[in-house]
Amino acid sequence: MATQGPIHDPETIVDPMIDPRTGEYAVVAPGHNFKSVTQKIASIVLTANTPLAMWGGLFFAMTVALGVVVGVTWLVLKGVGIWGVTIPGAWGFAIINFVWWIGIGHAGTLISAILLLFKQTWRNSINRFAEAMTIFAVVCAGIYPLLHIGRPWLGYWLLPYPNTMNVWPQFRSPLAWDVFAVSTYATISVVFWYIGMVPDFGTLRDRAKLPLAKYLYGMLSLGWRGSTRHWIRYESASLLLAGLSTPLVLSVHTTISFDFAVAAMAGWHTTIFPPYFVAGAVYSGFAMVLTLAIPIRKFYHLEDLVTLRHLDNMAKVMLATGSIVAYGYGMEVFMSWYSASHWEFFMMWNRMFGPMGWAYWILILTNIAIPLTTLWSRKLRVNPGYLFFLSFVVNIGMWFERFVIVVTSLYRDYLPSSWGTYRATKWDYMLFIGTWGMFATLFLTFVRLAPMIPMSEIKMILPQTKVRRGGADAEQVVQEAL
Amino acid sequence: MPPIEGVYGLLAEFNTPSELVHATEEARRAGYRRMECYTPYPVEEAAEALHFHKTGVPLMCLVGGLMGLVTGYGLEVWINVWGYPLNIAGRPLFSWPAFVIPGYEWTILFAGLSAAFGMLAQNGLPQLYHPLFNAPNFRDGALQDKFFLCLEAHDPKFSRKESRDFLEQFSPVSIVEVDH
Repeated sequence: MATQGPIHDPETIVDPMIDPRTGEYAVVAPGHNFKSVTQKIASIVLTANTPLAMWGGLFFAMTVALGVVVGVTWLVLKGVGIWGVTIPGAWGFAIINFVWWIGIGHAGTLISAILLLFKQTWRNSINRFAEAMTIFAVVCAGIYPLLHIGRPWLGYWLLPYPNTMNVWPQFRSPLAWDVFAVSTYATISVVFWYIGMVPDFGTLRDRAKLPLAKYLYGMLSLGWRGSTRHWIRYESASLLLAGLSTPLVLSVHTTISFDFAVAAMAGWHTTIFPPYFVAGAVYSGFAMVLTLAIPIRKFYHLEDLVTLRHLDNMAKVMLATGSIVAYGYGMEVFMSWYSASHWEFFMMWNRMFGPMGWAYWILILTNIAIPLTTLWSRKLRVNPGYLFFLSFVVNIGMWFERFVIVVTSLYRDYLPSSWGTYRATKWDYMLFIGTWGMFATLFLTFVRLAPMIPMSEIKMILPQTKVRRGGADAEQVVQEAL
Repeated sequence: MPPIEGVYGLLAEFNTPSELVHATEEARRAGYRRMECYTPYPVEEAAEALHFHKTGVPLMCLVGGLMGLVTGYGLEVWINVWGYPLNIAGRPLFSWPAFVIPGYEWTILFAGLSAAFGMLAQNGLPQLYHPLFNAPNFRDGALQDKFFLCLEAHDPKFSRKESRDFLEQFSPVSIVEVDH
C-alpha cells in the first residue's frame, strides 16, 4: 500500500503506522476496508466463546462489587452513622466519591460531543466506550448523594411532584440544582449513547448466527436499514445532541462546584471553582479512558483502530487540562494571600501544613509533579505502559483533590471550638472499593455484548469513502486518497 | 397497496459509494423520484443526489427546548413564589438567578429528547419489518460494505422491465426484485 513512504535508506525501517507526510501516527491502520472493520469489531461481540480471562475478570469485578451490596445493606439497616461523616466534617467520602466519579464521566461526553463539533475524527474509534464509561461512572456517582440523604428510600422527595404532604423542593439551594443537572446528564448521556449504537446493532443483527442474538440485536436496532434519508436525519440529531451535550457537560460540573462555591466557607467560596472543576473532571476522565483503552486494545488486538495517535492525543488533552488544574491550585494559594482574609489564609496554611497536609502534597505530586513534567515528552506520550501507569497516578491525584477540598476546608472552620477531624470508616472504604467493582462489572459486560467501537463511524474515516464523480472504482479511489 | 402487486421495488447493489451516487444522480435525471439509497454509513453525496436536504429534526429540537425552558422555569417560579413559598434567609421569593440552572437543565433535557425521539419518529422507527429485508443480499451487505439503490414500485415511472434495463447500464453487482 502507498503508506510505505519512499525509503531512501534501506537500514531505516519505516513504521507503517506513521503517515510519511505528517509524521503522525495514523488514526486507522492502513489496509483496512469496510469489510475488515466490520469483521474485526463485530467478531468481538458475536463470537460464541467468551475468553477465559473475560470470565475471570468479570468474576473478580463482581466479587469486588459485593462491597456495594453489603455496604448499602448495612447502611440502610443502620443509617449514615456507620460512615465517618460527622460535624464538622459532614460531607466526607460520600461527596468526594460522588464528585470523583462524575468527573470521570465527563471525558466521555467531551470525546463524544465536543470533539465531534470540532470535527476531530480521531475520536470516532474511542467515543463509544468513553460514553459507556460516562454512563457507568454516573451510575456509581449517583449512589452517593442518594445514600447520603439518610433515608434513600425517600429519595424521590427531591423531585418536584404533587404530593399529599403539599411540600415542594426549594430551588434556591445548589443541592436542588444538582438533582436536575445530574438527572439530565444521565438521561441525555444514555440517549446519546443508545442512538449512537442503533446502526451498529443493525449490523450485528445482520451478522448474528444465534437466534437469540438475532432477536435481541434486532430489537435493539429498531429496524435500522441504513436508508440515506434516515442517515441524514440521524446525523442531524447526533450533531444536535452533541451541541446540547457540550453546554450540558460544562454545566454539570459547574453546578457541582456550586455546591461548594455557594457556601460561605473558606476554601470553597471562590469564583475559580467552575472552570477548575470542569478542567479537573476532563483530566481525570481522560485518565480513566486510558486506564480502560490500553488493556482493551491489547487484549482484543485493536491496535489497528485505537492507535498510538489516540493515546498521544489523549495525553495531550491531559496535559492541557492538567495545566488548567495547576493554574487553579496556584490561583487558590494566591487568592488566599491576596484576599487578606485571615480565614482564607489560615485555611490554606492548614491545608498545606496542618494535620492533613500530607493529602495536599500527595495531590501536588500525583496531579502536577509527575504528569505535567513527563507528558511533554512525545516518547512517553506514545508509550502505552507509561500512560497506563500515569492514568492511575492522575486518578489518585484527582481523588485527593476532592478529599482536600471537602475535608480540609470543613474540619477547621471559623470557630476553633468547633474544630474536629475526619476519619473514614471501613464502611466508607467498602462502598468506595465496591463501586470500582460495579464499574468494572458494567464495563466488562458492555465490552462483551455491545460494539465498543462504532463501526459506522470508523467507516466514515476510511479513504474508500471518497466519492468520485463519474463512478470510479474503489481501487482507484483508494490509490488517490493515499 | 403497491401499484404492482407483490413488488416493492428493484434493488441494485454496488461496491463503492461513487457508483451508487452516480447511479442515483442518473436515475433522478431520468425522472425517478421514489427511490432510496442504503449505505453502511452516512453518504452525504447520496442525499444530494436524492435532493434530500431539509430535515425536521432541528425544528423539533428547538420547540422541545423552548418547552423545557418554559416548563422548568415556570415550575420553579410557581413552586417557590405561589405553591410553597419559603423564607430562606430573607431572600426574595422570586430569586430569578437561582432558578436559571434547573431551567437550563430542563431546556437541554427536553431539547435532547425531542431531537432523539423526533429523529426516530420521522424515520418511522422502530419498524422491525421492512420489505427490503426480504431481499436475499440486502442483509448481507447493507450495513457492512455494500451500497444499494432501490427504485420503488410506487414511482410512476417504474416498470419491471425498463427500470431493470435502466439500472443495468451502471453495471451493478446484482439487481434484485424485492417482494412486498
